[in-house]
Order: sequence, then structure tokens, then C-alpha cells
Amino acid sequence: MKFIDEYRDSATIRSLLAQIGSEAESGRTYRLMEFCGGHTHAFYRYGLLPLLPLNVEMVHGPGCPVCVLPISRIDAAVALAAKEGVIFCSYGDMLRVPGSDGKSLLKAKAEGADVRMIYSPLDAVRLAVENPEAEVIFFAVGFETTAPATALALKQAAAQQIKNFFIFCNHVLTPPAMRAILDYEDGEQACSIDGIIGPGHVSAIIGSSAYRFVADEHHIPLVISGFEPVDLLTAVLMLVRQINAGQAVIENRYRRAVKDEGSPQAIRLMDELFELRGSFEWRGFGMLADSAQKLSAGYAAFDAELKFDVSYEDAVDHKACRCAEVLRGQIQPEACSVFAKLCTPENPLGACMVSSEGACAAAYSYGGGRS
Amino acid sequence: MRRKLDMEHGFVDLSFGAGGVASAQLTREIFAPEFSNPILDRMEDGAVIDMPAGRLVVSTDSHVISPIFFPGGDIGSLAIHGSVNDVSMMGAEPMHMSVGFIIEEGVPFSTLKRIAVSMGRAAREAGVSIVAADTKVVKKGEADQVYITSTCFGVVADDVAIGADRARQGDRVLISGQVGDHGAAVLACREELSMKSDLQSDSQSVSDLVAAMLASGVDIHCMRDPTRGGVATSLNELATTSAVGIEINEAAIPVNEGVRAVSELLGLDPLYFACEGRLIAICAAEDADTLLACMQHHPKGEAAAIIGEVTGNGDIPLILRSAFGGSRVVSVLTGDQMPRIC
Repeated sequence: MKFIDEYRDSATIRSLLAQIGSEAESGRTYRLMEFCGGHTHAFYRYGLLPLLPLNVEMVHGPGCPVCVLPISRIDAAVALAAKEGVIFCSYGDMLRVPGSDGKSLLKAKAEGADVRMIYSPLDAVRLAVENPEAEVIFFAVGFETTAPATALALKQAAAQQIKNFFIFCNHVLTPPAMRAILDYEDGEQACSIDGIIGPGHVSAIIGSSAYRFVADEHHIPLVISGFEPVDLLTAVLMLVRQINAGQAVIENRYRRAVKDEGSPQAIRLMDELFELRGSFEWRGFGMLADSAQKLSAGYAAFDAELKFDVSYEDAVDHKACRCAEVLRGQIQPEACSVFAKLCTPENPLGACMVSSEGACAAAYSYGGGRS
Repeated sequence: MRRKLDMEHGFVDLSFGAGGVASAQLTREIFAPEFSNPILDRMEDGAVIDMPAGRLVVSTDSHVISPIFFPGGDIGSLAIHGSVNDVSMMGAEPMHMSVGFIIEEGVPFSTLKRIAVSMGRAAREAGVSIVAADTKVVKKGEADQVYITSTCFGVVADDVAIGADRARQGDRVLISGQVGDHGAAVLACREELSMKSDLQSDSQSVSDLVAAMLASGVDIHCMRDPTRGGVATSLNELATTSAVGIEINEAAIPVNEGVRAVSELLGLDPLYFACEGRLIAICAAEDADTLLACMQHHPKGEAAAIIGEVTGNGDIPLILRSAFGGSRVVSVLTGDQMPRIC
């Protein structure tokens, strides 16, 4: 299959591994963060982590939309779904995330809430048209990758003057989270990252220039990568070279998908339909300024948070759950005391064990459930 | 005399489930002609079957799929193949079937007829006779069109000893064809994904392939049809039951290009896609080439391959090795595979 086979070629992979092995200087460690959960998943799926030299350590980042949503938002979603006359539409990955007292959308559905798993926000618009008596709410989650699809659905609903379609908007932005991680490094529990593998899909939307502050302000190199083994190992090698040379520049090794300027069309669409929230709560980071989107004033009629009485109760994660530190890249999933013991994909205590992009879920499933 | 069912425009209402004249008519006009055989045609309360020598093997499966018609099959043919293949996996010859239908009010007669025709054909092809059947009708919304429960009865010779606990260190793992065709075909034709593909389900009876494999004389240690949960789940189950570890070689696993494309697009793994017309066999290393050749000579095993071997003590049931030396654990899924969000 074109665009796949050449990026999984074993000779290329072996040669990249050999180069990383010879260029990574002994006597120093390279702590590299792959920001995106899709990258985390790929590192595990292709079994790449054990093949890297011992002093090249991959640190998993917070780039998992399901993981970073705080419990208060999950609780709000469950409450919205339970409302009489509501059809609540969600991506499948969100359904099993536990809110307060372990209550998830899947459990709410079993108790009678009309929760539908959908693949595209346009399915929710269609459901609204087909069920005029119901109020259809789309649970919009995700980084800049899914936001344009939400925007498109919103635009379509507005054009068709659909009155029973609403969006519970939880779209979050990548650069503020990256900034938070790097700023956090200055605190007591420094996570000391030497380089970052930049997101692939997100960068296809926002472009490589969005990360300039990583190099300019923090002097940390960042290489944007695709999701195949050759992509990832090339990015690792380039980071090792930059670190060896004391360099910090933004490089794009995913040119087949990512342009420096991103996708102007998608950016325009988001600018038109969304506006920045003053601040937004992230799991693991607390409130981050200018880090999330809501529907812009012109589309307020579609905003589920305005239409329905949505309240956010302070909720705490399970006290043994260390998702917050996992998301900040401070600990590896296996370092959490409940990992693979009390917390498993069957009975997740924290969101990182639920999503297929979550670091704990990847470590658990590809590690055979051993702690 | 009641009028005949209007096959073109008519549909099932609750009276067809009341056990009276209407129920009998549904059975007589839709199902009985397609399933006809001397045992069923007696229309007794129970089927009376002469038992051949050997041991009885029984397997039951319930089918609740959506959509009920898919490229390469439908819920009817699947209900036959599912149970026939489960019985075949014990090394048995499938012989008779019993089927039960839960039908949602409002389902067109034409839909039921299409399913009945497909089941009749699938049963004949698999060499089994449907000797007992039942229908029930439930209110609209209480079921999704039609559910079918099927039970297959077969007979296994006394000298056949296939069992999930018989995999031994050094054994080889074989698969009869490309993995994941059924799961990918059903996924791709779901309306909400609006994908266009020419993927076909692999749904078929493998009883004749199994007969050929048994005739080869090879002592087959284990056999499984990798249905729900796919190859990954079946191999995990076999490894766990036998208390061994299994290592499979990624490059050796046959996967159709179209199935790969769907998997890549949705971020799913074909190892977890259901197959409905494939089998996994485990045998001693020295028998593997004989068994492979036997499978490849059969039309239903042309793409058969040796995909791995039994190793270790089973601390980790299933490991996948890539061509470049990477390896990962392949575990059993918690729920369904979910397409990725980002």
C-alpha cells in the first residue's frame, strides 16, 4: 500500500535504529516527548521502544483528547445525556471514560439515556433532522484535528436552520498545552524534556510555525512526525542530532501531510465559528488560559452550554490515580501504583487507561497488562 | 382459506407471533419450503434423528448483527456458517441444525424470505439439514429487525482429539486464509461510515476444508475459527488454555489490501476483525508443511500460511514480531475497537 509500506520497510528501520544507536552519545540521556497519543500508540504498536538505546527515553505527552478532559466535563456530559428528550451523540472513545463515582456515558446509556456513538459530527446533524422532536447534542472533543469537522457540522446546521442541534464544545488547543508542559518544567517536579516530537495530524491543520516558541523561548528542538515507524525513528534521529549540536529548531519531517502554514481553509473555518475561551480546565494541568474553543457569538443558539443548564462541580480524580503526572510527562504509566492492578481497561480509574490514545492504555495493552 | 402472504408489500405484525393460524402461515410459506428435508417436513414437535457412531458435538450461537445484509452474506448465511464452523472446529462432521428467530414487528416478508433462501442455500452447501425451527415476533423497537439463534449438531470420530489445551512448545500455527475480511466488510458498509469499498465477507462453511485436513492424517492439536475478537482473541484463548505462549510473525499473516486500507483509515487492527470463514490450526512442527500443503490444495485454503509458533510458558500469551525485530504483546480487547478521534 503506497504511503504505508515504504514507511514500514524493515531495512530502513534497522538502519535508522543503527544510526540512532551510534549517534546517541553515551554518558548523556535524551528524554524525548512524543506529544501526541497517536505517536505513543505507534511507538508501542510497532514495538519500537525496546529497540531504542537505553539512554534515549520516550516520554509520553498529553496529546489524547479523551485523557485531558477533566472529570467535571465528563460529569456535565453525563448530566446532559440524562436529560429528558435529549439524544446525546459522542465519539466512541469517550463513552467509557469514568466521571465522578465511575459514572460514564456508557453506564448512563444502560440506565436509559439516549446516547449514540457516531463517527462524524455530520451524523449528529442528520439525527437532528430525523428526530425533530428531540434535542440532539454533539459532544465535541478533540484538538485542532477534530475541531474543523465540528465547525463544518455547525455551519451546515446553521445553513439548514436546524433548531434542535446543539454542540457541547470541548475543543482544546495544542500549543497552550505544550507551553504548560515546558513551563511546568521550571517547577519543583521538573520533567526535563530534551526534545519534542510534534503532532502529525494537528500540525496538518495549524502548521509547523505554531511551535516556534518551543525553540525560541525554551530552546528545545521539535520535529513534526508522521505515524509510521520510519517517520518516528527519523524524528528521533533528528532530535538526537539537534541535541548533540546544541541546536533548537522546528523541523517538519511530515511534509507529505503538513505544510508550514497548515490548512488555511480549516483555520479560517475555525476562526469564523469558534472563539477562544478565557480559560479551560485540563486534566493534569488545571486551568489554562486561552487553551480552548467555544462557539462564537454568532452561533450561540447552537451552544449546549447556553441552551441547557450546564454546571461544573469540582470533582477530584481517584486519589490513587496519577493520570495528571502521566499527562505532564513526569512519570511513565508503569510508575503509577494502581497501573495494571486496580486500574485496567476493564475497570479504568483514570482516563489515560480508557482511550486508545491514552499512554496507560497503550502501555497496558502492548505490555501485556504487566506492571 | 387464508390468502397467501403478500411477499412484495406485506410485513410481519404481532399476530404472526401469536402461535395461531398466522404463525403457521409464516412458517409454511417463508421458512419451510427453503429448509425442507424429510425430518423437518414431518412437522412434529421435535425432530427424531438416527444417531451414527461417534460422539455428539453441539454448538450454539446467537446472531444480532447490523446491517443484516452485507457484501458476501447476510444474517441467515452467517447463522448457518457460525454454528457449522464451531462444530467443525472440534473435528466433527456437522449434520443437523436447529434455528430460532426473534422477529421485530414491521419486518417485510420479503426480508425474511431473502434470509430464509440464503439459510437454505448455506445449509445445503455445508451439508447440514435444518431439522427444527421456531419463530417469535416482538413489538417494534424491542429488537432490531431479526435475531437468529442457531444450534448445530455434529458427530466426531472417536480417534479425533482436537482440544484448546493441546498446543505444545514448538508447535506451528497455521491460518487458512486472509484475516479480517468479514469484520472489515461489515464495518465498511455501515451506513454511518459512508465508505465505498469492494470488500466481501469471508462468511463460508469450512467443514469441507476440515474434512480434508483430517483426511491428511496429521494430528491437529487445536483448531479455532477466529470469529468475534478475531485472530488476536482466538490465539490468546488457545495460548491461555494450553498454558503456552504463541509468537506470530507479522509479515507472514495474510491480509487483503482492502482490509489493510480500512484498518489504516480508522486506526483499527485487522487482527481483531472477525473472520467467518477462516480457521486457525495448531500442529506439531514436523507436520506443519504437510498440513499447509493439504490446506493450500483446498479451494477454501488457497491462501493458507504458517503464521507463527508456540513458545515459552505462557507468561505472555501472544506476541507479534515485526520484520525489523520489534515485538509487542497482542492482548484481548476490553470492548469493541473504537475508531480514533485524532
